[in-house]
Amino acid sequence: MLVQLTKRTLLLLASLVLASVLVFWFLSVLPGDPAQVALGTGATPEAVAEMQERFGTDRPLTVQYLDWVSGLPVGDFGVSYVTGATIGPLIVDRLMVSLWLVGAGMLVALVIAVPLGTLSAVHHRRPLGTVLAGVSQVGIAIPNFLAGILLIGLVAVSWRLLPAGGWVPPAQDPVEFLRRLLLPALALGIIEGAVLARYVRSTVLNVLREDFLRTARAKGLTPARALVRHGLRNAAVPVVTILGLQLAVLLVGAVVVERVFVIPGLGSLLLDGVANRDLLLVQGVVMVLVLAVLLLNYLVDVLYTALDPRLRAAA
Amino acid sequence: MSADALAAAHPKDPTVSVLEVRDLTVVTGGHTLLEDVTFSLGPGERVGLIGESGSGKSLTALAVMGLLPEGLTATGTVQLRGVETDLLRIGERERSGLRGRRLGMVFQEPMTALNPLMRVGNQVAEVLRIHGTVDDREDATQRAQRLLADVELPDPGRIARRYPHQLSGGQRQRVMLAMALANGPDVLICDEPTTALDVTVQAQMLQLIAAGVADRTSGLLFISHDLPVVATVCERLLVMYGGRIVEAGPTEELLTRPRHPYTEGLLAASDLEAVDDQGRLPTIPGAVPPDGRFPSGCVFRNRCPRGDEACTVWPGWSGSDGDGVACWYPSEGRHG
Amino acid sequence: MSTPQPLSGPSGQVPIPGEDVSSGATMSRRSLPASLLVGAGLVVVIAVVALVSFLWTPHDPLLVQGAQRLQGPSGEFWFGTDRFGRDVFSRLMYGARTTLLVGVVAVGIAGLIGTPLGVLMGSSPRVIGEAVMRFNDLLLAFPALLLAVMFGAVYGSSTLTAMVAIGIATIPVFARVARSGTLQVLSSDYALAARSAGRTKLAIAVRHVLPNISGLVIVQASVSFAIAVLAEAALSFLGFGTQPPTPSWGRMLQEAQELVAVRPSQAVAPGLAIALAVLGFNLLGDGLRDRLDPRLDDRRGTG
Repeated sequence: MLVQLTKRTLLLLASLVLASVLVFWFLSVLPGDPAQVALGTGATPEAVAEMQERFGTDRPLTVQYLDWVSGLPVGDFGVSYVTGATIGPLIVDRLMVSLWLVGAGMLVALVIAVPLGTLSAVHHRRPLGTVLAGVSQVGIAIPNFLAGILLIGLVAVSWRLLPAGGWVPPAQDPVEFLRRLLLPALALGIIEGAVLARYVRSTVLNVLREDFLRTARAKGLTPARALVRHGLRNAAVPVVTILGLQLAVLLVGAVVVERVFVIPGLGSLLLDGVANRDLLLVQGVVMVLVLAVLLLNYLVDVLYTALDPRLRAAA
Repeated sequence: MSADALAAAHPKDPTVSVLEVRDLTVVTGGHTLLEDVTFSLGPGERVGLIGESGSGKSLTALAVMGLLPEGLTATGTVQLRGVETDLLRIGERERSGLRGRRLGMVFQEPMTALNPLMRVGNQVAEVLRIHGTVDDREDATQRAQRLLADVELPDPGRIARRYPHQLSGGQRQRVMLAMALANGPDVLICDEPTTALDVTVQAQMLQLIAAGVADRTSGLLFISHDLPVVATVCERLLVMYGGRIVEAGPTEELLTRPRHPYTEGLLAASDLEAVDDQGRLPTIPGAVPPDGRFPSGCVFRNRCPRGDEACTVWPGWSGSDGDGVACWYPSEGRHG
Repeated sequence: MSTPQPLSGPSGQVPIPGEDVSSGATMSRRSLPASLLVGAGLVVVIAVVALVSFLWTPHDPLLVQGAQRLQGPSGEFWFGTDRFGRDVFSRLMYGARTTLLVGVVAVGIAGLIGTPLGVLMGSSPRVIGEAVMRFNDLLLAFPALLLAVMFGAVYGSSTLTAMVAIGIATIPVFARVARSGTLQVLSSDYALAARSAGRTKLAIAVRHVLPNISGLVIVQASVSFAIAVLAEAALSFLGFGTQPPTPSWGRMLQEAQELVAVRPSQAVAPGLAIALAVLGFNLLGDGLRDRLDPRLDDRRGTG
């Protein structure tokens, strides 16, 4: 167990280092000198040189990389070449907003996916099962920003039930916070729910075919109780795996939904950074997103081992 | 009236059979998989159901248990002692109340039949708790350990805390047996319980099954394709082919003086000493038709050495339920 | 709960016609699965619309007509006009072209690089294969959308950067599928027989592996196409994909966003087009999988 955990942790660290090299190379080396980028082609050599000195971009690339990467563990992402703002706190602020959105979206997705997927598995090859499978298939095909736009048009503009967008921190006004969180969370969660429902369906279908479920019924459990007592825990193992990976997908999907609902999250920060050619900021946000994806993969691995005694023993 | 009340009204009576299956027919989409299967099981009686793969043995067991896959429908009657209503006609809830309490079953594949995420002790305790045969959790745990000891698992307290993957195939099958016998069922069905086990542990398992049903005077329906195995356990045999019972009789009689050509073929094929004049082991010519497409009339006629025009019509059963044959040209030597 | 749940038998004894647990398997023998038919139908419709748009559209999709702004659907403008007076239907037809182009190029890049890479890694020594796959998994941590935004930041936004970025982001998916397929084929009896006959792993890969994993790769291509369509739409919606005035469905949706309450058809039309395209390729992939995956023919029953 401990050996396995150590191995996985080392692998995570190696992946993070490699990812940081890739991100740095892509966003700091490829585009050319950031001072030149920030000042534009018309800048005088003196101005460029002065800026290079100010931001330290005149140093060798390895030194610049080590300088950047050594700050990451303590949340120091450097200072923006464009706005002069400290990037770290900015990212943390925006990340909190995105996490609220992703968390709420995942909650919506689970509330939809678990019953929908289980029902359509139990009613496999019967009309209800086919209809539910079709519903989730259609749901998957709808982009979350379309869902967002339609929700705004209907709920916010036509019915005037909820605000069309914007953000209020929970500490400031909890009610308004929820009112503004609801629509984007639905836009993100309904579509994700359709995606998850397919996984839940196929997992439950597999579990329904398991011999031990027949044993459970031979013991005297009704089909429904056999599924709940013996099936769902077994189905949970693969679903948790997917859940972790989908959280990462949702975090990136939130980039678009944030744009639709004008939410100042990590996605908006990323898009603003690109619009302003603020590459160090983009570099920081990309690194945080990749870190989140890798970390989630790692946690899924660990959790998977914890949930399944067979793996626990093997580990 | 609930099944419980009915069961209470009928104490164990050695003269009444515990299970009566009559004209059991299973169809799916116009395709007949089992036809007119009729047999009975006395208390403490051990009956073997033999035949090749695809003959319908497991389907018979599942139909009796009420565990047929979706899309398959059973007709006929399945009568359990003390339950007035035909088992094929009662609701799922009542059936669940009988399974695990009055009907126990051990499946073929011990590697997959247990829940991999649950300690085996809890899996045994669960069957006690479902039917309310124990007072509380503590009692269930104690009883489960005693049941594990009954099937001769060493150190049952320790085994109870294990997960299935930590046990050998033989140990798992013992756990399955402990679960099936937990509530002292009237009927125990074992579907190829030793097929997946090593030869060395097969004999022990067979002894445990025999002892388990003897202790509880349960009727045993033992399903296998392996004649020597069935012969050691069962007093009476049913030979199945193409979804029909083609011959029935006491083990000794049936093995020494078979009447149905299929039974003869099975016997010859299981006799490893016998060789024909060209030095080959005897086999039944042909194979079980794929997709269960057996011929009309006598289901065995396309593989039968004696098949002729008469066999295009099903011969019908001659003899009693417990001792008879369905063949136009049965071998002589035994009264029909 | 009066009907029993589907439960598999202990061994494949009497196969039960029409009762195999995997969907579509019985159907696949006699007729085509419904998902395949519907999926292929949708894909063909979109392809035909894209092709027709080269020859004919009801109006010039780029023609700005100030006098015709925000018309509702009519005989002349079937889906109405946008806020520049351009015909929405013509723009949708043109957008099908963009969508298919991005999908074909992105999936082409991913498949043509990822598949050989996966086969190579599958037939390389285990240590090398594992190491490259670890790197492959790392690349999976860069979703298409994120990679495309990065590309946009460095190289500027265009249809080209979008499709290249989506393609690159999809390479690891193909590599993974191809490698696991390769490992499976190489451990099969006939591959072992070929090896014992003295053939090199690479020769076997070309002779036995490629034909055998082609089904897997085709299914993956269809599914990846759907993902690419969604990614392109999202990128164009964000302004990172296809640049105006070239019509693209994601961009049209973005332009219609503010008008959704006034002219919902403006948002619904491109939205529906995206959804139908994604649905089509997803169903096509599902249907192909049902038909090509031999494991689904492993019918189980009880005897």
